[in-house]
Amino acid sequence: MPITPDITLTARKLTRSFGNQPVIHDISLQLKRGEVLGLLGHNGAGKSTTMQMLTGCLLPDSGTIEICGIDLLRHAAQAKAHIGYLPETPPLYRELSVNDYLIFAARLRGMKSADVPAALALALQRCGLTDKSRKLIGTLSKGYQQRVGIAQAIIHQPAVIVLDEPTVGLDPSQIREIRTLIRELGNQHSVILSTHLLGEVESICDRVEIMQHGKLIYGDTSARMQQYGQVSGFIVSLRNPPVLAALQGIIGVTHVERLSEQQFRVLHSIEQNPSAELLALAAQHGWQLEQLTPLQARLEDVFVKITDEDAASGPARTEEVQP
Amino acid sequence: MISIIALRELRSLFSMPSTWFVLAVLQFIFAWFFLARLDAFLEIQPQLAQLANAPGVTASIAAPLFNVIALLLMMLVPMFTMRLIAEERRNQTLTLLLSSPLSGTQIVLGKFFGLMLFLIALMATTPVMLYTLQLGTPLDHGLLWSNVLGLVLLSACYAALGLYISALTSQPVIAAIGALAVLLGLWLADISSNAPDSPWHQLSPLNHFQNFNFGLLDSGDAAYFVLFSAVFLLLTVKRLNNNRVYG
Repeated sequence: MPITPDITLTARKLTRSFGNQPVIHDISLQLKRGEVLGLLGHNGAGKSTTMQMLTGCLLPDSGTIEICGIDLLRHAAQAKAHIGYLPETPPLYRELSVNDYLIFAARLRGMKSADVPAALALALQRCGLTDKSRKLIGTLSKGYQQRVGIAQAIIHQPAVIVLDEPTVGLDPSQIREIRTLIRELGNQHSVILSTHLLGEVESICDRVEIMQHGKLIYGDTSARMQQYGQVSGFIVSLRNPPVLAALQGIIGVTHVERLSEQQFRVLHSIEQNPSAELLALAAQHGWQLEQLTPLQARLEDVFVKITDEDAASGPARTEEVQP
Repeated sequence: MISIIALRELRSLFSMPSTWFVLAVLQFIFAWFFLARLDAFLEIQPQLAQLANAPGVTASIAAPLFNVIALLLMMLVPMFTMRLIAEERRNQTLTLLLSSPLSGTQIVLGKFFGLMLFLIALMATTPVMLYTLQLGTPLDHGLLWSNVLGLVLLSACYAALGLYISALTSQPVIAAIGALAVLLGLWLADISSNAPDSPWHQLSPLNHFQNFNFGLLDSGDAAYFVLFSAVFLLLTVKRLNNNRVYG
């Protein structure tokens, strides 16, 4: 029996404008412990602004934010102790060593000095920085600086970790390591990350929210997003095809279309995948199966489809705004 | 919390070679001026001995030395205050402070006290230098310490003003020039207005230092220094909180 996970972050009806440029319209978010939420959107969709508001760096014009049940706007100090934030540019003091910087970050978040050494060792180890701990941050490469940025956000074991484009500027192997780390963090903490890389969402996020023009236009689990607006099915090539009715008779198949002499497009319901049945029948009746390609949409297609649909359904209310 | 920020500020300052260079040059200037005054004093000492109420060694060496330091600090403090907030803003490290469980007041006071510790360390050699005179002659401790107190209060004013101007911009150089312009402006307005009751005299921090320089502890002057610093620290806190409102 699954226990209902506690809610770590609740944001209700956030709005924000810069001057008279509205940037964020009516955003509501909720995050549970042990969940990784991907905030997806084009550049200038308002992802960073939203994250700044969630971390208390920017006041919303209206709306409320609660971190672990503490009102961020009224009891800022208590609420912020539960947040770890990596902004777009990692906030690094280049003249400090990695150790000194992380100790400073931990103490700043209100950790007792007795607890700091253990937390420091854990953060260094998690981010793969153990052998760089004495180096000056300014001398590290971009990838390592990004890791220091992440270490800074997780050192005090916050309930909510907010990462703004955490894998920007990293090489592919580092990206993989960071993703593994985020996945690992997501098991104990709540993580929000913003990104415009769809692969990232696919590989690490439990849930996706898509932002466009300062609004959340779509939210669901990332697995369901892949099925969004998608008919499930496959294309099958049979060298010795049977009559159409034989394919239509398989349980779960909703529609069969003959593409060519030997190729069929088979559509089926989401709940029941008839491919195993089809394979068995093909072997039994000697249909000589040659190829079976699922009609799997890539996340890219889905994303473009969702954002296009939104743009078409109503005129965009704002121009691209960067804070 | 305040001490964490203050110590970080000091650590960053001392990790830069330029800080050590400036410290070394300043110590050299202080020592050189001290020796020059000492030399002059020894030269005129026979004539001073014939006067009825002649100025003592503290009044003729220490007081001018402190006056010079006060002037030098006016030019130098902006160089140290410029980085405090402007550079954090430029390097985007301010977000770390803003997303931490800290109030604006704690951030500002941390930075202010961090810099004050540095300035006190910078000035600390001066009384040590003067106390070497005690090997040969008695010193006027009251005059000496009223000067030290005045100098600390004066540099607090400079630091608070510099901190505020640093909070206004994201360019450290502009912060330095701005703070220097205000301090120089106040000083020039003070020395160029001839009327003894001109309000410019009252506005200039350096003018309020003069009483301390003569060994006169005037609570009005002390109140001026405290108010001046407090006003600019408050303005800085306000500016930092506006950061959250206006982005």
